[in-house]
Amino acid sequence: MAKLDDNRIEEIEEMARRVRIHVVKSTHAAGSGHPGGSLSATDILTTLYFEVMDHRPDEPQWKHRDRFVLSKGHAAPALYGVLAESGYFPVEELMTLRKLGSRLQGHPDMLKVPGVDASTGSLGQGLSIACGIALAAKIDRESHRVFAICGDGEVQSGQIWEAAMFASHHKLDNLIVFLDRNQLQIDGPTEDVISIEPIVSKWKSFGWHTQEINGHDIEEIVDAIDRAEEKDGKPSMIIAHTIKGKGVTFMEGSLAFHGKAADDEQLEVALDELGGA
Amino acid sequence: MWEMAKQRDAYGETLAELGRERENIVAVGADLCGSCRIKKFGTEFPERFFNAGIAEQNMMGIAAGLAMSGKTVFASTFAVFATGRAYDQVRQSIAYPEANVKIVSTHAGITVGGDGASHQMLEDIALMRVLPNMRVIAPADYHETIKATRAIADYKGPVYLRLGRSNIPIITDEDADFEMGKATLLKEGEDVTLIGTGIMVSRCLKAAKILEKKHDIDARVINMSTIKPLDEKMIVDSARKTGGVVTAEEHVVSQGMGSGISQVLSETYHVPMKRVGVANVFGESGGSDELMEKYGLTADHIVESAHDVISRK
Ligand SMILES: Cc1ncc(C[n+]2csc(CCOP(=O)(O)OP(=O)(O)O)c2C)c(N)n1
Ligand SMILES: [Mg+2]
Repeated sequence: MAKLDDNRIEEIEEMARRVRIHVVKSTHAAGSGHPGGSLSATDILTTLYFEVMDHRPDEPQWKHRDRFVLSKGHAAPALYGVLAESGYFPVEELMTLRKLGSRLQGHPDMLKVPGVDASTGSLGQGLSIACGIALAAKIDRESHRVFAICGDGEVQSGQIWEAAMFASHHKLDNLIVFLDRNQLQIDGPTEDVISIEPIVSKWKSFGWHTQEINGHDIEEIVDAIDRAEEKDGKPSMIIAHTIKGKGVTFMEGSLAFHGKAADDEQLEVALDELGGA
Repeated sequence: MWEMAKQRDAYGETLAELGRERENIVAVGADLCGSCRIKKFGTEFPERFFNAGIAEQNMMGIAAGLAMSGKTVFASTFAVFATGRAYDQVRQSIAYPEANVKIVSTHAGITVGGDGASHQMLEDIALMRVLPNMRVIAPADYHETIKATRAIADYKGPVYLRLGRSNIPIITDEDADFEMGKATLLKEGEDVTLIGTGIMVSRCLKAAKILEKKHDIDARVINMSTIKPLDEKMIVDSARKTGGVVTAEEHVVSQGMGSGISQVLSETYHVPMKRVGVANVFGESGGSDELMEKYGLTADHIVESAHDVISRK
C-alpha cells in the first residue's frame, strides 16, 4: 500500500474522533457498557474499516469481503460506531445500544447487526472463530483477509493459545490480529493479576510474525498491516500499545471506566474534550 | 413493600467472616472479584486469595487442587463462565473426585440486563443439577444467602451456589432456619402450590397475594432454595394438599428446578403442573424488569399459570 498522505491521516483521525463521541454518548444513553476498552481500540477499528479492509456496507454479506472478529466483544460500542459511520445502519440507531428490542446488543450479535461477522462476548473464543474463517478462505482459495482484536487480559485464557498454535500450524498468513495492550483488565493491571509478559516473545515462540506499535498512531497501524502481509506462511500478531479510555482524560488509564458509562456531568466534560455536540 | 438487597453483598460479607473464623478457607476468582464481591476476602486475607485472571477453566482446576490438599475452596465468577466455560473442569476435577469446592456464581439469569445473551446464564441449574455429587442451591434473598454460604462451608463436597446481580426483595426472616435440602413453607394454602427458587420466590409471594385478593384463591407458597437434592417430601405433601403445582425460576424451563419437581411428581403423585420460566431461548439486552416481563417471569405470569393449573384439577 502507498504511504498515507497527511490529509488522509487527518481524515481517519477525524473519523476516530467521531467514533469516540459515539462510544461515550451511546454508553451514556445505555447507562452501562464498556467505554474504556472501546476507546483503546477505536483507532485500530477506524483504520481497519476506513482504510484497510475491503468491505461493502451496502452488501454486508459480500463473499469476498475482508472479515473482522472482535474477540474482546465488550468493545462493541466502538465496533458499532465504525459500522454506523461506514453506513451499515443509521448513526441514530447507536443511541439504542443495550436497550430492549435494539439490534445493538451489549455484545456483538452477528444475527442482528449487519456488518458483524461473529458473535462474541465470552472472552477467549473470538480468535478461534477468526482462525476458522481464515481456514475456510484457504480451503476455498479465497484471497480475503481476516482481522481480529484481542484484549490483553483476554489472552490469559487458555483457548487463545490453542488458537495460536493452530494458526501457525496451519500457516494462516491471511490472519492479522491486534492485541490491544492497554495494560488493564477488570481487577487491575494485567501484570498484577496474571502477568502476560513477555508477550511479544510468547507469540513469536508460537510461530507468529510479531510487531509492536503505538495503537493510536494511524500511520503505524497501516504500516504494520502492510508488513504483516509481506510475511508468507505465518499468522500475524500486532501488539498495539494503547491507553484504556484514550481520548477522554478522566477515563484514560482508569479501571473504573472499564465497565461503567459516563454520568450526565461526565458526559459533558467528555464531549467538550472530544469536540462533540 | 420489601426492603431490597444484593445477594452477592451477603456472600462477600459472609465469606470474609468465614475467613476470620477459619484459616482453612481459600478463595479464587477470575478477573471479576469485585463484581462477585470476593475482593473483601482478598483484601483481608491476601495469602489465601488467588485471582486466576480471565481463565475460568484453570481457576476450577486450581480450586480442585487446593481442595485435594485439605482446603475449603470458594471459587467465584459469573454463572455463565463458572458453569458453561468451565463445565468439563467442574465435571472431571471437582464433581467426580468430590472435591471440596464451593462454586459460588453471581450474575445468574436474565436480570444481568444490558450485557445481553452472552452473559445471561439461563441454563446453569440444568448443567449443575445433572452432575453426580453436585449440590445446587439458589437462595431467595440476602438473608438466605448468608445462611447458605455458611451451610456450604460446613458441608464437605462440591456445591453450586447460584446468585444474581441485582437488588432483590428481602423476603425471609433474618433468624429463620436454613438447612441444605429442606424447602421452607412461606405461606399455607389449599387451592394450589406455588414453588419458587431464587429471585422468583418473591414473585410467588406477590402472586399469592394477587390470587387471594382478586381471585379468592388460597395459594400455598414454598421456597425451594435447594434444587439438588430436592425436598421430595415437601413437594409431595404440597401436591397432595393442594392438588396442583406451579413452579417458578429465572432459568429456561427445560431441565431447571421445575423440571426436577415434575420428575418427582410424575413418579410419585400426579397433579396438574405448570412451569414458569424462560422458554428454550437466549435472552437479550434490556432493563432487568423489562426482561422479566418480556420473558415471562412476573407475578402475573405465575397468577396466570395458577389459573391454568386449577382449571385442570
Ligand atoms: C470468559 C470471560 N470471562 C470473563 C468475562 C468478563 N469480562 C468482560 S471484560 C473483562 C476484562 C477484559 O480485559 P481485557 O481483555 O484487557 O479488555 P480491555 O482492557 O481491552 O477492555 C472481563 C473479565 C468475559 N466477558 N468472558
Ligand atoms: Mg486490557
